[in-house]
Amino acid sequence: MNAGFTTLSTELPKTDPRVKLLNARIKKEHYRPDALIEILHTAQNAYGYLPLPVLAHIARSLNLPPSRVYSTVTFYHFFSLKSKGEHTCLVCTGTACYVKGAQKILDEIERQFNLQPGQVSADNQLGVAVARCIGACGLAPAVVIDDEVQGKTEPAAVIEKIHSKTGKP
Amino acid sequence: MNRQDLQLLTDQAKEKKNSCKHTICVCCGASCISSGSEEVLKKLEEEIKSRGLENEVAVIPTGCMGPCNQGPLVKYMPENTIYQKVDCDNIARVVQSQLIDKKPIEDLLLFADSREKPFLNAEEDPFFKKQLKVALLDCGDINPETIEDYFTRDGYKALSDVLFRMSPEDVIAEIKHSRIRGRGGAGYPTGMKWETVYKYVSDQKYVICNGDEGDPGAFMDRSVLEGNPHRVLEGMAIAGYAVGASKGYAYIRGEYPLAIKRFELAIKQARKNGLIGNNILGTNFSFDVDVRIGAGAFVCGEETALIASIEGKRGTPKPRPPFPAESGLWGHPTLINNVETFAGIVPILNKGGEWYSEIGTPKSAGTKVFALAGKINYSGLIEVPMGTTLREIVFDIGGGIQGGGTFKAAQTGGPSGGCIPAEHLDVKMDYEALVNLGSIMGSGGLIVMDQQSDMVDVARYFMEFCMDESCGKCVPCRVGTKMMHDLLHKICAGNGTRIDLDRLEELAVYVKETSLCGLGGSAPNPLLSTLRHFRQEYESRITTPGVKKELQPQS
Repeated sequence: MNAGFTTLSTELPKTDPRVKLLNARIKKEHYRPDALIEILHTAQNAYGYLPLPVLAHIARSLNLPPSRVYSTVTFYHFFSLKSKGEHTCLVCTGTACYVKGAQKILDEIERQFNLQPGQVSADNQLGVAVARCIGACGLAPAVVIDDEVQGKTEPAAVIEKIHSKTGKP
Repeated sequence: MNRQDLQLLTDQAKEKKNSCKHTICVCCGASCISSGSEEVLKKLEEEIKSRGLENEVAVIPTGCMGPCNQGPLVKYMPENTIYQKVDCDNIARVVQSQLIDKKPIEDLLLFADSREKPFLNAEEDPFFKKQLKVALLDCGDINPETIEDYFTRDGYKALSDVLFRMSPEDVIAEIKHSRIRGRGGAGYPTGMKWETVYKYVSDQKYVICNGDEGDPGAFMDRSVLEGNPHRVLEGMAIAGYAVGASKGYAYIRGEYPLAIKRFELAIKQARKNGLIGNNILGTNFSFDVDVRIGAGAFVCGEETALIASIEGKRGTPKPRPPFPAESGLWGHPTLINNVETFAGIVPILNKGGEWYSEIGTPKSAGTKVFALAGKINYSGLIEVPMGTTLREIVFDIGGGIQGGGTFKAAQTGGPSGGCIPAEHLDVKMDYEALVNLGSIMGSGGLIVMDQQSDMVDVARYFMEFCMDESCGKCVPCRVGTKMMHDLLHKICAGNGTRIDLDRLEELAVYVKETSLCGLGGSAPNPLLSTLRHFRQEYESRITTPGVKKELQPQS
């Protein structure tokens, strides 16, 4: 039996509160396949990302081929198959932020932490990502660190904020 | 609830509102929240309570007031005095001087740091004076999280009038008469769209509100959903009645958690009051709305891709025809309109299509919301009559270029649009005028660029966006955007040749003409428009030393 097949047939632990939450949502949506994206949102909120056994569980519950679930997950930017890190730094690269120097912030992050957008540090403490536009254009350039929007920010201030979150110098 | 109950609730809400002498509005749009307005709201409530003023002063959180980069904003009604950059430290001072001493603090008034004499009544400030609020009406004046505040503005009166006094044909005639065009970007006449859906016979029809505002630099829909969600909901219900639909979906971007929260709350409150659901106001019209959350795909703003996404699938577009009006969600006739279009429906029905049709230009009636951003002094959300010139928007409303720079171009329509250079500053902004300049109205993002902006890099930036966001279904878009991006990247790096430039122009036409949906069809627009207006920037790149080096024989 190969690894992929094992993943597909693994049952999730029923006592896990995250599984309970997920199952409650699936039930609320009456196991309807068209609620797939809503259910994926719930799963990602609970787990922080979408582990393969969770996807397999959703596929079984909604009576969908695992390929349909997997292809939907990989289509949308919002969903991630990998852990995004304990702390996240999301740099907005929308047009207003681009005009006002979002790239400089990304460059400084890469210089300081050796991380490019989409990467997570080796100790899983920090994940760096870019957003298309968070809609805070009046506050450009904007960076979201652990769900907290930092408006009209600068490279040095972003680095400092990240340090304060990760608790490292 | 029946019609009389609605009237009673409206009267009660108005009476309660009038019993308070003053109202202090704290802007709690996403931008001001990021600047700390929620703490200001809390502190302000404590301050009012500690002075024993809670019976005469109402403190409410509101949606976006407009000048987003001056936040957090606090507005005193009825004087209409706005204070900017209010924080927990100076809020007590503001309360003392505004409410007790009746002497406003000049240095904290809106735009005090940039205007010689700031205005006590914000409506007199040029930022607001040139605006006309229709879709944004009441946004920034009411608490978006309570239905009672919406009742004080005659909320759901239009729905009630429509249900009791008008036939669906009457509603469609009124919308047609108003000449409103779709505010999502393409500008298709809304009345005609409604009529088409109405004419198809089906036991099930749907209404979809497109809130997948994917253009970077645009935040109009977000602000409307955050600032006045009931208005959009009421517009959807009226549309449902007019076209014969009983179910609506609001598709909102996952990046807008606050908009989702407030819209869901609005649905809950309206449902509780019997304003959506079964037998609305005792009639035999039933209409319910659900929220669908987007998952970060730009292409889902395209209507057929959006429908696929609501069905829980990959958001890839389908060839049209059939149009959604004939065969949309689950194969049923479906009406799709943008958030801003739905927000405009209630004012049109309350004030009449005639009133709306007289605003704007002959071909583009009404007003348009723009999200002003970039190198501009006052960025934020504005609404102006169609036909307002770009100069008025950038210089009179937006206060000119930041840091005393010179205006180089304004980018409209995001990755599907183009740039308007300085020589066209006097263009009267409407759908046709922008198309003539090689741009589009788009959803309303307006990014101002100064002399430092590199237009070739701007074209590369948007092409990178389209390349990443291409869904991959059709070849011209999937491969073409990648090829064009690589060529632009090469030119930006100073390695481009004349052949590259020719190839780029040729490719742009192919991709534009042969792509399946609007994403590919408009992806070359930023490139073509920068080529048209700033060709010398491309030319200077391909004759720079980088190219000469390539031409020299290798030693």
